[in-house]
Amino acid sequence: MTDIPSDTRTAAPSTGEEGAAPRARAGAPLADPAAERRRARRSRRYRWDMKWSPYALIAPFFLFFIAFGLFPLLYTGWASLHRVELGTPTDMEWVGLRNFSRLLEDEFFWNALRNTFTIGLISTVPQLLMALGLAHLLHYRLRGSMFFRVAILTPYATSVAAATLVFVLMFSRTDHGMINWALGLVGVDAVDWQNGDWTAQIAVSSIVIWRWTGYNALIYLAAMQAIPNDLYESAALDGASRWQQFRHVTIPSLRPTILFTCVVSTIGATQLFGEPLLFSQGASPTGGSDHQFQTLGLYLYEQGWFNQHLGRSSAIAWTMFLILVLIGLLNWAISRWIRRSA
Amino acid sequence: MRYRTRTSRTAVVLAAATALAAGLLAGCAEDSDEPGGSSGGGGDGGGGKGRTTLTVGVFGAFGLQEAGLYEEYEKLNPDIDIKQNSVQRNENYWPALLTHLSSGSGLSDIQAVEVGNIAELTGTHSGKLMDLGKTQGVDKGAYLDWKWQQGTTDDGKTIALGTDIGPTGICYRKDLFKKAGLPTDREAVGKLWAGDWNKYLEAGKRFKEKAPEGTAFVDGATGVMAAVHGSGKEKFYDAEGELIYKDSAGVKAGWDLAAEFAESGLTAKLQQFQPSWDQAFSNASFATVTCPPWMLGYIKDKAGDKGEDQWDVAAAPKPSNWGGSFLTVPEAGKNKEEAAKLVAWLTAPKQQAKLFDKRASFPSAEAAYDLPEVKDAKNPYFGDAPVGQIFAKAAEGVPVQPIGPKDGIISQYLADTGMLGVDQKGTSPDKAWDKAMKTIDNALDQ
Repeated sequence: MTDIPSDTRTAAPSTGEEGAAPRARAGAPLADPAAERRRARRSRRYRWDMKWSPYALIAPFFLFFIAFGLFPLLYTGWASLHRVELGTPTDMEWVGLRNFSRLLEDEFFWNALRNTFTIGLISTVPQLLMALGLAHLLHYRLRGSMFFRVAILTPYATSVAAATLVFVLMFSRTDHGMINWALGLVGVDAVDWQNGDWTAQIAVSSIVIWRWTGYNALIYLAAMQAIPNDLYESAALDGASRWQQFRHVTIPSLRPTILFTCVVSTIGATQLFGEPLLFSQGASPTGGSDHQFQTLGLYLYEQGWFNQHLGRSSAIAWTMFLILVLIGLLNWAISRWIRRSA
Repeated sequence: MRYRTRTSRTAVVLAAATALAAGLLAGCAEDSDEPGGSSGGGGDGGGGKGRTTLTVGVFGAFGLQEAGLYEEYEKLNPDIDIKQNSVQRNENYWPALLTHLSSGSGLSDIQAVEVGNIAELTGTHSGKLMDLGKTQGVDKGAYLDWKWQQGTTDDGKTIALGTDIGPTGICYRKDLFKKAGLPTDREAVGKLWAGDWNKYLEAGKRFKEKAPEGTAFVDGATGVMAAVHGSGKEKFYDAEGELIYKDSAGVKAGWDLAAEFAESGLTAKLQQFQPSWDQAFSNASFATVTCPPWMLGYIKDKAGDKGEDQWDVAAAPKPSNWGGSFLTVPEAGKNKEEAAKLVAWLTAPKQQAKLFDKRASFPSAEAAYDLPEVKDAKNPYFGDAPVGQIFAKAAEGVPVQPIGPKDGIISQYLADTGMLGVDQKGTSPDKAWDKAMKTIDNALDQ
């Protein structure tokens, strides 16, 4: 790394002198051939420097990417075509697409896929709607807006483990749990959050919503501040109410941003792992005694690290990857459609 | 020619970047074994001469360090430093150990192994571990025979030496027993259910009739199930090493009894080692719990001063074993010989007795039972119960069960996706059984 700055330092100034100067001194008599050659060499060096140095500068990222991104991806793909156990990763037996085909009849996989979808839905939709509303409120001129903007981001800065621990206590089965206590005040019986199919999913979703709403709100806020004020002024002149301004000016201008947050949230929801893992007491990878909140990420972890079937868990990983690619394509189609209709 | 200088320069830059990346990689992959940070300092790292640093990989609060055994060994061997790497949960420790063993890197000089995983180690990874049976100072006769066998492969290679075992008793609350009209003396309580787990259930039903408001007889159904499973002749594997979890009589007996506990409302519906379980100890929400020696310390921690002299320990209906560990020395280690010596010392009867005295980990070396630390041990928190004698008696009655490579996984799924549902959700036992069997089949690729 230390080579790079010194390299540019020696190369750039010298050519800066020699490369630009000759034109200024155009009238001066030509130097002897040796000096001419030196100059040509230097300018060639300069061209090479311009051409290749950027590659050297970006090389570390790509080297890291190959080592930690591409290689694991390809290795996982290779492993997914084999029967291979975590304890003996060198002992591979070729099974072709068996690991993928068995997923089709694997009820635990479908259950995890269904849970991932429902948890994703009940966390992403309210989360983005709330973020939009919050961003709109923060966009108004209000006292201490900086404080609120920072405050809204604090859940995002909290570690999943810490947040989930608190939520586990809040959603505790007994009357000691804060949520059940609050429900008791309004006369509702205590709910066994973790053991119900829907209640567990709602509880997991609430952790996700709590963590990510502020993050998305700030993205929306940034996009809102880029909307020209003239639009609002002319809308106000035309007699549009605040709500009408929000609907007809803010939302259309935010369309690309909304799409972006949708995609990012969908990817996040597909890979949901930490919250459901820690929400189950004892951090068991089964997602509750009935697998009621086991997501794809958890099932992958269970197969790979708990049951030690590296091949099968690699197949799940690749299936998740393909699902995300599909979602990406869908997003691309939608954004094209929006652009065309707009 | 000029081009080449330029190219080679670029190459140097690239090489430097690669070297940096490689350096970082190596930094991530391997824990440094240099004794730089450890006390004493000076001298080279782990070579033949000078100071040697031995690393010990353990899970949870293993107790060796806490009992001061490392310190003592360092005093006896001035050129040895001992460093411990601890991972909190065995569920995380074990897969990491497996991957490290298969790659031959990232290993500590000594690695601890939990009893639920030992059969997988002797079955598939014995080639990567040292034969400790021949180490100087190791006396096979000092150990309980079944414990010694668990760490030995079929062809007689002893790759793991036992540290502690977990012979169980039943811990009970005298105050709750008194209020429910049951005897409180530990002899009388033991007689209440001696020899038969069904008598334990009967005692529970008697307890329930007059039990104080808001208290249950046991903590949860999964604990009962595990205790019964540990006391049978067979569990998940038969003597030939075949999987029999579906129709083993011992497994079914444990399941049925635990389900009856749940359905009779004798449980506090708790999952063990969870915050709510800890809380229940301090709130005195349940009256009995299956109790290996290490549980005594746990209860004392969680029940606190309020529980002083309220708890006592009696013999279990049938002796069973819950937990226990082993120490191994990987072949890929840098200081194998020194490590083997340390393992031999740590697992010798005298040190095991000290561990029991300080940390209540019960010795797996039978020879330790006659040492005063064990024989005369009394636990003041538990009404001066003669714990050494109670558990030594239980240890001698522990059945020799065949254990297999997937014991840990099967028992966890049987509890987490099976009995827990019966206990907490009220799922019918038959339905929960089917569900657990499906999960286990899927996990074992059956």
